[in-house]
Amino acid sequence: MSSSTTNTTTIGTIGAPSRRNTELAMLVFAVLIPVFAYINVGLAKDGSVPAGVLGYSLGLGLLAAVAHLVVRKWAPYADPLMLPISTLLNGLGLIFIWRLDQEHSLGKAMAPNQLMWSTFGVALFLGILIFLKDHRVLQRYTYISMVVALVLLVAPVFFPGVNGAKIWITIPGLGSLQPGEFAKIIIAIFFAGYLMVKRDALALASRRFMGLYLPRGRDLGPILVIWALSLMILVFETDLGTSLLFFGLFVVMLYVATERTSWIVFGLLLSAGGAVAVATFESHVQIRVHNWLNPLELSNGGVTETAQAMYSFGSGGILGSGLGQGYSRLIQGIAPKSDYILATVGEEVGLAGLMAILLLYGLLIERGIRTALAARDPFGKLLAIGLSGAFALQVFVVAGGVTGLIPLTGMTMPFLAQGGSSVIANWALVAILLRISDTARRPAPAPAPSTDAEMTQVVRP
Amino acid sequence: MNKPLRRVAIFCGLLVLALLVRVNWVQFVEGDQLKNDPHNRRVAIERYSTPRGNIIVDGKAVTGSTTTDSGDFKYKRTYKNGKMWAPVTGYASQAFDANQLEKLNDGILTGTDDRLFFSRTVDMFTGGKQKGGDVVTTLNAKAQKAAFDGLGNQKGAVAAINPETGAILALASTPSYDPSSFAGMSNKDAEAYNALQKKNDPDEPMLNRALRQTYPPGSTFKVVTASAALENGLYNGVDTKTNSPLPYTLPDTSGIELKNEGNIPCKDATLREALRWSCNTVFGKISADLGNKKMKAEAEKFGFNDPGINTPVRASESIFPEDNRPQNAMAGIGQASNRATPLQMAMVASAVANGGKLMKPYMVDQLVAQNLNVVQQHTPQEMSRPLSPENAQKVQSIMETVVKNGTGTNAQIPGVTVGGKTGTAQHGENNKDNPYAWFISYAKTDKGTPVAVAVVIEGSDTLRDDIAGGKLAAPVAKRVMEAVLEGQK
Repeated sequence: MSSSTTNTTTIGTIGAPSRRNTELAMLVFAVLIPVFAYINVGLAKDGSVPAGVLGYSLGLGLLAAVAHLVVRKWAPYADPLMLPISTLLNGLGLIFIWRLDQEHSLGKAMAPNQLMWSTFGVALFLGILIFLKDHRVLQRYTYISMVVALVLLVAPVFFPGVNGAKIWITIPGLGSLQPGEFAKIIIAIFFAGYLMVKRDALALASRRFMGLYLPRGRDLGPILVIWALSLMILVFETDLGTSLLFFGLFVVMLYVATERTSWIVFGLLLSAGGAVAVATFESHVQIRVHNWLNPLELSNGGVTETAQAMYSFGSGGILGSGLGQGYSRLIQGIAPKSDYILATVGEEVGLAGLMAILLLYGLLIERGIRTALAARDPFGKLLAIGLSGAFALQVFVVAGGVTGLIPLTGMTMPFLAQGGSSVIANWALVAILLRISDTARRPAPAPAPSTDAEMTQVVRP
Repeated sequence: MNKPLRRVAIFCGLLVLALLVRVNWVQFVEGDQLKNDPHNRRVAIERYSTPRGNIIVDGKAVTGSTTTDSGDFKYKRTYKNGKMWAPVTGYASQAFDANQLEKLNDGILTGTDDRLFFSRTVDMFTGGKQKGGDVVTTLNAKAQKAAFDGLGNQKGAVAAINPETGAILALASTPSYDPSSFAGMSNKDAEAYNALQKKNDPDEPMLNRALRQTYPPGSTFKVVTASAALENGLYNGVDTKTNSPLPYTLPDTSGIELKNEGNIPCKDATLREALRWSCNTVFGKISADLGNKKMKAEAEKFGFNDPGINTPVRASESIFPEDNRPQNAMAGIGQASNRATPLQMAMVASAVANGGKLMKPYMVDQLVAQNLNVVQQHTPQEMSRPLSPENAQKVQSIMETVVKNGTGTNAQIPGVTVGGKTGTAQHGENNKDNPYAWFISYAKTDKGTPVAVAVVIEGSDTLRDDIAGGKLAAPVAKRVMEAVLEGQK
């Protein structure tokens, strides 16, 4: 029994501690840190503790407490770190958005709405934990998921673009929705279900060529369809990030399902080819690449947003200017509170704070992959790696874009950035991961006492 | 499925690692560079968030700060008599960055310099606001006024140095500009700034002619040629015959004559007479006899061909060219490709006046923190020795003859020994553009040699002969020398 609890690859099956108290202790920090940050911003901006601090801390505390209680009741063996990390990132995100709300040049306040969306997000999180008793139920909806995902991906084409990217569905009177965020989850469900069925065909029916297992022509079909779809997203919705995310997600899941390195090679070749092809005739991609290579270049004598973000990071230095004391408001334009929120983080809490945030993301991703490792059913494994992989790719694409590691794409930093769809979708994503990890770590029911065993016992007088 | 899962885990770890490396690169390695990038508005916001430190001349500030309501900025730079001091201070503008002393000492003036760390820390604990320190210059207000007023409406520049220390006493350039006129960021400031740009004003008021413009030095360069002759032992004294013919034909040419200005007694003249009358033939021949290498070496000892003369505002490089024999002969009389800044020619006069020892020119004496602690004090430094003390005496003696009864009589000051040299540099193809009138000089009393000065005036049509230097430039030099001497009493 003790050997199974120390096993690092598959989390112990019998008698594993539930770790709920660890989660509770972590959650206390996850609530306290944003509350302190809130006070810090208020003191820096106005010299007084902000009026909303009590409401905010009670609100965040209540959300965390309810979430914790629900996990304790409905997913007692779930991973203890994911909920605190998500709470902390969401809480800090609210503070950074509120902090930017204090700059009047950046338009209307967005923190109250973000708080509302976060509440909806947590509500969905709770709903999933309560009503989704077993993640394998999702397997039944494989092909429905495919249809829904396609609809969600294609829908924005029919709505007007916002700031050059067609990634929104606008519902008059209700606001707008970024379907890509939800599609990310749903398409992971579809891939997991599809690959679980097809993996043997894809893995075994292949020819060896130059050390690589080449799939049969007809098995290449699905990957080519997804590839074409992601290219179409890029071309028609001018959304580099979503396109990259879906294709990357598919390649990763295909690789995990088939254990064939050749898929990775194919994936890289196809994405490189597609990127080059699109870049040659799509001007917006060329502009992005140009800005990436020349981040500080002036445009019409003015400093670009890209350059302003770089100046933000540079000016933050190692320790940062202190919350509320930076000048990230200089990043004017469309997205200082969403896409560029990391620049504010980098400037105000410095390299130290930004590395801490990135490590939190890293930790969340690795906990997700650990869940995939621990999961006992192939569908669970595939779904968990799909969700974690999508999350990892999104973090990389956004953070890499904002810091100038790769060309900038229009996506939001999960939990941290302003955006209702994003925060709701990511709470749902964490909920599904928690459900899988709960199933994985849940002790197997004790074996029924075997009568045969008793009979063969040697009885000594 | 666990093996690929582990690989994916490693891959995701690498993605996060790449992000960590990148943020270290941006925030740590490139951080300071990005932080201080001139396009980073934070630089200007910080610069104008507190009253800026001042630039001090003779114990009084020539700059100031006033509160503004222009958006991000709390304060704005002001200047007292900005036109006169612009070549010294440069400008600091909310919209157009800063230059010269304002830029080079920005850290001190803004209060962010590391050397102010202590006083900043004290401020932090005592609750005081961060304040900028002051830049104390070596300039002499009276000399500067004499130079600026002396140039008047003419286009030109003046540089005056204390030969004993290298301290810059006057640095004037006309036409000038008032840096107050575009210190802010309003449309009016932008219009004022644009009007001063070269494309809108061919007179280039924002050009600091004293440091940043090179001119052909003309006959004033003969002082360097005479020094080269003595240092290389071409003649044993300034009163020995130079064995020079008249007319003199440039070497390696088919009979191109080097002409003198008018019919002056240059045949076989002594160095004293040749300098007194400004004989092109004699000095052209000296340069030819010494050869390009020796001439260049001597010029370099005076500071030519040095791109790094930082006062701390960097002076443009003055050029003594590497050239063929006829061109080298022409360079010996300050023509051909020979170019010098006014500061460079003041250095020539100052080295002669200081017994052959050239002191490094500088204009910032002290950097002072707001609590009056001196964070940096300049100590005079020797730059080179272009002349031995004996040869320096000889060159002084012939320069004094120029002023006593030569071309430079306009610079005479009663009761003071003045040495000088006039110059009128031709310029343009076939001498078609207006010539430059030059005068370099120094003044000596029994208390020492307090001033060496160079004046250049971009001349008018009326004066094309060698008298121009003596007539236009010498009176300005005289006023500057008098102003310095007056302050000595």
